[in-house]
Amino acid sequence: MPALLEAQDLEAQYGSTKVLHGLSFAVETGGITTILGANGAGKTTTLRAVCRMVKTSGQVRFDGQRIDGKTTEDIVRLGIAHTPEGRGTFVDLTVEENLRLGAYARRDKSRLAGDYERIYEYFPVLAQRRRQQAGTLSGGEQQMLAVARGLMSRPRLLLLDEPSLGLAPLVVLEIFRIVRTINQEESVSVLLVEQNAAMALDLADHAYLLETGRVVMSGPAADLKKNDAIRRSYLGY
Amino acid sequence: MDILVQQIVSGLATGGIYASLALALVMIYQATDVVNFAQGNMAMFSTYLAWSLLQAGLPYWLTFGATVIIAFVGGLLIERVVIRPVEGAPILTIVIVTLGLLVIFTSVAGWIYSYIQKPFPSPFPEKPIKIGNIVFGAHDLGAIGITLIVLLLLFLFFRYTTLGLAMRAAAQNPVSSRLCGIRVSWMLGLGWGLAAAFGAVAGMMVAPVVFLDPNMMGGIQIYAFAAATVGGFTSPMGAVIGGFLVGVTENLVGTYVSFIGTELKLTVALAMIIIVLLVRPTGLFGRTTVRRV
Repeated sequence: MPALLEAQDLEAQYGSTKVLHGLSFAVETGGITTILGANGAGKTTTLRAVCRMVKTSGQVRFDGQRIDGKTTEDIVRLGIAHTPEGRGTFVDLTVEENLRLGAYARRDKSRLAGDYERIYEYFPVLAQRRRQQAGTLSGGEQQMLAVARGLMSRPRLLLLDEPSLGLAPLVVLEIFRIVRTINQEESVSVLLVEQNAAMALDLADHAYLLETGRVVMSGPAADLKKNDAIRRSYLGY
Repeated sequence: MDILVQQIVSGLATGGIYASLALALVMIYQATDVVNFAQGNMAMFSTYLAWSLLQAGLPYWLTFGATVIIAFVGGLLIERVVIRPVEGAPILTIVIVTLGLLVIFTSVAGWIYSYIQKPFPSPFPEKPIKIGNIVFGAHDLGAIGITLIVLLLLFLFFRYTTLGLAMRAAAQNPVSSRLCGIRVSWMLGLGWGLAAAFGAVAGMMVAPVVFLDPNMMGGIQIYAFAAATVGGFTSPMGAVIGGFLVGVTENLVGTYVSFIGTELKLTVALAMIIIVLLVRPTGLFGRTTVRRV
C-alpha cells in the first residue's frame, strides 16, 4: 500500500538549536505507525515539524502532495488532525464548544450532527459533560476530548502526541482501545508518538526508534518488540 | 428625593458612554489578550471622520453606518500593519505600541482638524422627556439604547456564531486554534476591527455631549478603564454594567460629598479601579478559570 505520509530528510530547529537531523519515515495508508524514544529524542518535534509548528526543512508529502511550506492551518485543513502535547484543551470553553472547534475547518457541515453522536458513542463521558467547562475535566477526560476534537475534523491521519502522559494505566488502555477502533472502523491512519514503548508497540504495526533527532532503528512493530536492545532499554525486562 | 433620582438618571446617561467604550476595550482584550490604550483616541478619530462626512452633506444615519464600516476596516488595518509585526512580542511591547498609537491619533487629529472644539449633532430630539419632576435627556436615553443594542449584538455574535467561537478560541489558545484550522492571525485583526467599530459608535454618542476635540476621550477613557475593571475584563456584560455603576457612583459622590465636587470626580474612577483590584481582581462579573492539571 502507498504511504499516506512520507517525510524525507526532515530537520527542525528551535532558535539556533537543531533538534531533528534529517529524519525519514512513512505512515502507511490505514496503518498505525509509532515513533519511540527517550525524553528529548525529538518525538514531539517530529509531529510539530509535520504540521510546520517549528522551523523545518526537508520534504513532507501527504497523499503524494508536498505539504512542507504550507501553514499549519492549511495542513490541518488537508485532513491531518494533531492531538498536541499537553492536550491543547480550550479550558474556558465547554466540552461541546471544544468539539465544535474541532469541526471548524470542515466544509460538509450537514453531517456534523451525526458526528457528535458518533463521538459521544466513543467517549460517553464527554456526552455527560458536554456543557461543562473543559478545564474542569480530569486529565484522562481532557485527553479523550483532545482525540475527539481531532476526530471532529474527519481526518485521514491522526497525529497523537503522548496520549499516555500523566494518566492512570486503565485510562491509557481505554484511550488506546478507542484509537484502535477508530483506525479499524474509520480507516484513520495514525502516527503515534509515545514514551510507553510496550503499549505503543502493541498498538502499532510499524515503528521507528529515535535517538537525539535521528532514526536509529525501524521495522515492523513485532520485530522491534523482539529486539534485545529495545527490550532492555525501552521495555525494561 | 427628586435630586437623588435626577442624579442617578444623569449618572446612567454618562455611564452609557463609559459602557460603550469599555465594551470596545473588553472586546479587544477578549480577542487578543491586549488592553488597547489607543481605543478612546481611535474612537475620537472615527468621530472626526463622521464629522467630515456630515460636513460633506451626508444624512446622519448614513454617516453613522459609513463611519462604523470605515472604523472596522481601519481597526483591521491597524492590526495588520502595526500590531502584527509585534504579535509574538511580550505584552509590554504591544501595550507600548498602543500608547504610541494614542499619541499619533491625537496629533494627527489636531493637525488635520485643529484643536478648536467643534459641535457634533445628536440624532435624537433636543427636547428632554419629563416624567414627574425627573428630566430625561432624549440623547442620553438614545445613547443608552444604542449601547444596549450593541451589547446584544456582540453577545449573540460571540455566543452563537462559529466565527465568534473561533475568535474566543484564538484568544485563549492560539496553538490549539491553529491545529483546528483557525486562521488565528486574522481573528486578531477581526477583533481589532470590531472594537474600532464599537469605539466609533461610542465616539459618536459622546461627541454631542462633550464637543468634538482631539482630547475629548481622555477622561472618558479612564472611566471606561474603571468600568471594565469593575465589571471584569473578561465579561462584555460586566463592562456595560460596570460603565453604568461608574457613571452613577461618580455622579452621586460628586453631588453628595462636598469636598469632591466636580474637580475630584475623576479620582472616584481611579479609586474604584484600585478598590476592585484589591477586593475582587477579576471584577464583579469576570470569570476565574478553573484549571486542573
